[in-house]
Amino acid sequence: MKRALSRRTLLRGMAGGAAIAIGLPLLDVFLNEHGTALADGGALPVRFGTWFWGCGINPERWQPTKEGPGYDLPVELAALDGLTEHVSVLSGFGVTLDGRANIPHWTGVMSTLTGSVPAREFDVDVPTLDTIVARQIGAATRFRSLEMSATGIPGQSYSREATSIVNSSTVSPLELYTRIFGPGFADPNDASFEPDPRTLLRKSALSAVMADATRLERQLGSHDKQRLDQYLTSLRQLEQQIQVSLTPPDLDACTKPAAPGGEDVGSDLERAIATHDLMSELLVAALLCDQTRVFNMLFSWGTSELRKQGTDTAHHQLTHDEMVDPQLGYQPRATEFALASMAAWASFVRRLASTPEGAGTLLDSCLVLGHSESSFAKSHSVVGLPVMLAGHAGGRVRAGVHVAGNGEPVTRIGLTVQQAMGLTVESWGTRGMEATRPVSEVLA
Amino acid sequence: MRTPLRAALALLLVVATACGGGSGGGSTIAPPLDPPVTQPDPPVVDAGPVAMRRLTESQYRATVADVLGEDVIVAGRFEPDNRVSGLLAVGASNVSVTPAGFEQYDAIARAVAAQALDPAHRAALVPCQPSGATDDACASAFIGGVGRRLLRRPLADDELPPWLAVARDAGAELVDFHAGLEVALAALMLSPEFLFRVEASEYDPARGGDRLTSLAMASRLSFFLWNTTPDEELLAAGERGELTGDAGLAAQADRLLDSPRLEATVREFFADIYGFDAIEQGLVRKDPALFPAFSQDMIHDAEEQTLRVVAEHLLTEDGDYRELFTTRQSFMTRTLGLVYRVPVRSADGWEPFSFPADSGRAGVLTHVSLLALHSHPGRSSPTLRGKFVREVILCQDVPPPPGNIDFSMFADDAAQNRSTARGRLEAHVASPACAGCHNLMDPLGLALERMDGIGVERDTENGQQIDPSGQLDGEAYDDAPGLGVTLAKHPQLSPCLVDSLFKYAVGRDPVEGERAFRGYLQERFAASGYKLRELLRLIVLSDAFRTTSGPRAASGSASAAPQQTTAVTVQPGDLS
Repeated sequence: MKRALSRRTLLRGMAGGAAIAIGLPLLDVFLNEHGTALADGGALPVRFGTWFWGCGINPERWQPTKEGPGYDLPVELAALDGLTEHVSVLSGFGVTLDGRANIPHWTGVMSTLTGSVPAREFDVDVPTLDTIVARQIGAATRFRSLEMSATGIPGQSYSREATSIVNSSTVSPLELYTRIFGPGFADPNDASFEPDPRTLLRKSALSAVMADATRLERQLGSHDKQRLDQYLTSLRQLEQQIQVSLTPPDLDACTKPAAPGGEDVGSDLERAIATHDLMSELLVAALLCDQTRVFNMLFSWGTSELRKQGTDTAHHQLTHDEMVDPQLGYQPRATEFALASMAAWASFVRRLASTPEGAGTLLDSCLVLGHSESSFAKSHSVVGLPVMLAGHAGGRVRAGVHVAGNGEPVTRIGLTVQQAMGLTVESWGTRGMEATRPVSEVLA
Repeated sequence: MRTPLRAALALLLVVATACGGGSGGGSTIAPPLDPPVTQPDPPVVDAGPVAMRRLTESQYRATVADVLGEDVIVAGRFEPDNRVSGLLAVGASNVSVTPAGFEQYDAIARAVAAQALDPAHRAALVPCQPSGATDDACASAFIGGVGRRLLRRPLADDELPPWLAVARDAGAELVDFHAGLEVALAALMLSPEFLFRVEASEYDPARGGDRLTSLAMASRLSFFLWNTTPDEELLAAGERGELTGDAGLAAQADRLLDSPRLEATVREFFADIYGFDAIEQGLVRKDPALFPAFSQDMIHDAEEQTLRVVAEHLLTEDGDYRELFTTRQSFMTRTLGLVYRVPVRSADGWEPFSFPADSGRAGVLTHVSLLALHSHPGRSSPTLRGKFVREVILCQDVPPPPGNIDFSMFADDAAQNRSTARGRLEAHVASPACAGCHNLMDPLGLALERMDGIGVERDTENGQQIDPSGQLDGEAYDDAPGLGVTLAKHPQLSPCLVDSLFKYAVGRDPVEGERAFRGYLQERFAASGYKLRELLRLIVLSDAFRTTSGPRAASGSASAAPQQTTAVTVQPGDLS
């Protein structure tokens, strides 16, 4: 029967992460025979994602005062009420510019995701953190990673595996659905599942394409060779997808979701939230069906274009235009978007935390880096970037603590993420951003 | 003779001073390219490198239509093309294919192949009757023929067998000869040599340097002049080696230049520099409560209106490029009539239309397409509009805003009676850190302020009269049509077009060895009366188009321009 193959496929996937999956002592998630685990004693997969929102927060209204577990929730973190056991807050970590310019809405996010302060606007010192992790844990799934953007703008994605290559975001829930659960998806609940004979034929046809590409490579200059390398990576990922789609996923929690409608997308807040919610739901189904183990969700871009319907000024613009109200001590209209972003983040975490999987929830196996590109956007501050880690990463992290970074480089968080994902890496980052110590408070 | 180039140089120096005058900016305006040096005769060219160029979405679609059938539908979203140095055509020499993009290519190719080999289409493409589910001879005729058109070169003897094996295995498994071809065709359309145009070069002993091969010239000519794959005649000329010789090249170039298909390239080029891909991707969105007349249909019509005016003026009428900024000739649909507030007789379709002399509109800058594109979702933006004129129409770089701006000075618009954009933007001019660059952009955009965030006419903003007067590099104007007249006389206007078109042709920025040639092009373009067809001809017959320094070396830089999001990107400091 085909299912055995599926297990093999999944186990092969785990082999990439074997150092952790097997090397660690006790995982939260224990496996038993009954629907809570893969067969053959394999652990539920560990997943990593990023969740980004633009234009930061008001630090003094966001940062908890109490460190460690049981931290307090200031007004701009209040949305996390009831979730703090699953979320660690990492405040006070920032960017060490080392003489480089603070490029508005770019330096902060690139420092967090690449470990390097970009020299120029739009420079990306590839690869980004998500792709580093994907190499470790994403090799066996149908999609190495999934990128989503809630505001409907396809060019927006921070995920880059190589120079000039953006893992572009899907912006429509229907397109996301079609990509994951369309014809290429092998439905585990379809009793009559038989692989389409064309699927195997396609796979062997790709060998002919590969031969063509290899022949071409010999004629190319170094610029084009790099581009062909990326092409070949993409080609191999398609082969991988076809291979995986030959057998249905073997996870008992996997159910093919209903298709969303073809809703309009857009950057007004109401629509962005609706898009985000629909995409989150599809993402949850994709994770349960092990279609991917890495994801990037953009709630808004660094220069957040979120806007309230019927108003002429967008979030990012407000952070600059709007005066700090002397009575309140903050910008009331801009802050509404920060609050809405935190509410969306909390809803995302809550969705994972309320999705059963195995003996626990989906969040147990996930690690999600929630972050923004500035702390106080009005001044483009990259000191004290707001960063959070949600989930338990299959027992590899300790959730539910507040760690004050006291100006330490944000790269310590990226290093922590990599170590939690099983990479044997001892330092990460360049120049003044090189980190050699993970945030041990959040490592289990 | 006038010396427009010296004037342009002088201007740029002035501009540089102005922008660098801020205390916090520290940036200077530089011309995007080194100023060209003029020469009377075709100068010696030391041309730049070649690189693979990914088919743009429109080139992919045109190729499928030309090779597999006009009515074969290409459905699906393409990975966005990437704009580099102001052009998707330059980005095409830099991009590769991401995993998500490859999936899309695969899905699109399978859908296309299924149509191409369905009973309605196969007769036109399969030149033989198969003897059974497998028939190598017949499969070979199909793959050899279609493959040659798709890869833009004949397939070598040793290339055919793997594709034949795919068709044979699939035909046998599916017990259907044409289904076998379908699997092979779908895979062929994933070949890197289909998705990318490989610009091959060879040593030319006569010149003592590298030139593009005759076959590579066939593709370069065809995609540059027709925006599609070479037709049979051009490909055959390429195969016969005729396109490396002057006469052979001139014969084919003239044939292409005289064809109505030239319009495809003119549209593609102007859509590229104007950033209309944002409209195509549905990225231009407006708040429905503020702009009830806006719809995706309307903005697509607006794009078409501008491209029609461009094609009509530059090709049909063989007009002067500079007059694009002053012409009142246009076209209208009923949907557009709602925004322009003019009656349109045809219920369905296009009709010619002239803006009345007192309409406040003349030239493409007053078109709804560009006005809406360079505005925010909820309001107009003199800064974005002015930036567009500086960067795209005049090829001047406007530096990004300084990093740490004190925005508090703009905080209290209402209290300071800044009810018009001009009033709000004056706050920038009062700040030395902002003034340099905003003085470059804002006055141009303020001339267009009588057209709101989607281009509807208005006289007032928040109850105050809008004053559209201003000046462009020392030349005063009263209103939007006046800006067009001033722009038409601007010394940087036509050199900018020449440089953009040259970059579009070769898919990269010019190199030092092409500087003299660019000066020559500018002079000849001016001497022709600024005729686009003549400029295209000068380019394709030049050594800059035909020769190369060889394959491009990797830059080693990790710089990666993000996807352009012109319509929605908000620059800090754009408070308009």
